[in-house]
Amino acid sequence: MIWQQLANGIAVGSVYALISLGLTMVYGILRILHVAHAGIYTLGAYVGLVAFRLVDHFWLSLVAGMVGAAVAGYLVERLLYMPILHMPRIAPLIVSIGLFTAMEEAFRIAAGPHTLVYNAKVGLGELTIGGFRLTETQVLILLVTFLILLFLWLFLTRTKMGLAMRACALDTETASTFGVNVNAVIAVNFIIGSFMAGAAGVLIGVYDNQVWPTMGSIPAYKALAIVVLGGLGNIPGTVLASLIVGLAETFFIGVLSVPFPRDAIAFIAMILVLMFRPYGLLGKA
Amino acid sequence: MSGYLVTILITISIYAMLAHSLNIITGHAGQISLGHAAFFGIGAYAAGLLYTKAGLPFWLDVPLAAVMAGIVGAILGIPCLRVRDDFLAITTMGIGFVVEAVFLYIPFFGGAMGIGGINLPSWFGREMTKGEYFILILAVLALLLLLDYRLGRSWIGLAWASIREDEQAASAMSVHVVRFKVLAFVLGSALAGLAGGFYAHFLTFIMPQNFGFGQSILILCMVVFGGIGTRWGPLVGAALLGILPEISRPIMEYRTLLYGLLLVGMMRFQPSGLLGEDSLVVKSFIKGLSRLRQGS
Repeated sequence: MIWQQLANGIAVGSVYALISLGLTMVYGILRILHVAHAGIYTLGAYVGLVAFRLVDHFWLSLVAGMVGAAVAGYLVERLLYMPILHMPRIAPLIVSIGLFTAMEEAFRIAAGPHTLVYNAKVGLGELTIGGFRLTETQVLILLVTFLILLFLWLFLTRTKMGLAMRACALDTETASTFGVNVNAVIAVNFIIGSFMAGAAGVLIGVYDNQVWPTMGSIPAYKALAIVVLGGLGNIPGTVLASLIVGLAETFFIGVLSVPFPRDAIAFIAMILVLMFRPYGLLGKA
Repeated sequence: MSGYLVTILITISIYAMLAHSLNIITGHAGQISLGHAAFFGIGAYAAGLLYTKAGLPFWLDVPLAAVMAGIVGAILGIPCLRVRDDFLAITTMGIGFVVEAVFLYIPFFGGAMGIGGINLPSWFGREMTKGEYFILILAVLALLLLLDYRLGRSWIGLAWASIREDEQAASAMSVHVVRFKVLAFVLGSALAGLAGGFYAHFLTFIMPQNFGFGQSILILCMVVFGGIGTRWGPLVGAALLGILPEISRPIMEYRTLLYGLLLVGMMRFQPSGLLGEDSLVVKSFIKGLSRLRQGS
């Protein structure tokens, strides 16, 4: 029972990590709270579903969802965020909230308000180790998250672009005086972040076997809490906070049956941590 | 006046009060809040409970609701003072979610069913008409604006402005940053609570959903639309966004889509609001005025 909850918690936490990482990367360089990131996540799920219906192949639909999300993320960055970067911080925040609202409505109008089934055959099979059983979709989530995190780590530490990205996260102006193409870094940053959000959308679509217009509503705000909990802009902190929130939710609700809304836990954890560490778990002043 | 019109006017004037209260925190003191509806809700619930359970009359429960929202604002303001900028935005958002969850999950607050039976106030031995209630709210709003005008010209207003522009510089000039931030939070929360009290007695029935995150964003949008930090901007924003759902009834299906796009377009092309700095409205008004003068 406990082991099963642990598996559930880690699977949920992994998806949170995929969503939150894009958010924290965007914040790290642009200092924007990108609420519409959850709209990109929903878009990824819809693109994946449409692709799945067309080609009837799960892995291709996963790639389609990720690419679709990445393109959308790039367009949002170029058309909406870049022109207002010099404005007070509240302007991009409100643009982002407005865009997210509009995206959810557009999904509802285009695809209907009801949930759509995403019944894909993944072809991985269950995994049983002793009393510890992972369902097929949990194996899928853990595998994909692991591969993406590995890719992200290699990219950030082993490539020139990754180095430039870390430099920009520390200080954009200084980085640009050293010849870093900041515009390219921002674009790549958005593309990778949206790529991961698209993957998360497809994974949740398959995990819950449904895709619906407002599936991004709760992740939109919960991911913000996770990102702040881990320390805004801090990548390892975000992964840690995602797993903590995923585990805390499954344990409080599943094991202790605390009569409290599941979705408030992330915010309570965040407020408690901020009282003692105003810059989050791994954040620095 | 027809009942429909009065209802819209009352809604708009309550929103105006609410937008004005957020303008104190966000506009004057420069502290972003994404959970302002929580204090609106605390005021509404306090007034509702005091009226239905403790049997206090309207004239007592609404001021008490404001006091209570102010006290909660002071308590919840403490974690907010430890954080800044974007951390503050998300912390206040979190407070909003937690307060809504408390209303929804604790039976004392009536759960999802909310609280009913909160009547319009009575005076001279009879219940107020909606028209009279509207005039009462307008009078209170006018008083608040007068207070805002006086505050803006006092040292409190100056201290807020200095914190808004540069917190470190203000602190170096021996402005007590924490004290003035708390003051802004308490005053803003109390006025939101006051608006909540009026709202509860107007709706006669309140539910947790009235005070969720969407409502917080709506209030913030009113302030930003009209012009953040200006005196009349929040009122203009409240009027515009209050009328919008009524005039867009024929395109019901696309209403929320339109609202989202409006937010994006507004911030993209007119980020300081309709009455803010280099606003198209103000500019064209001044241009039109000078053309009139030349013509005469």
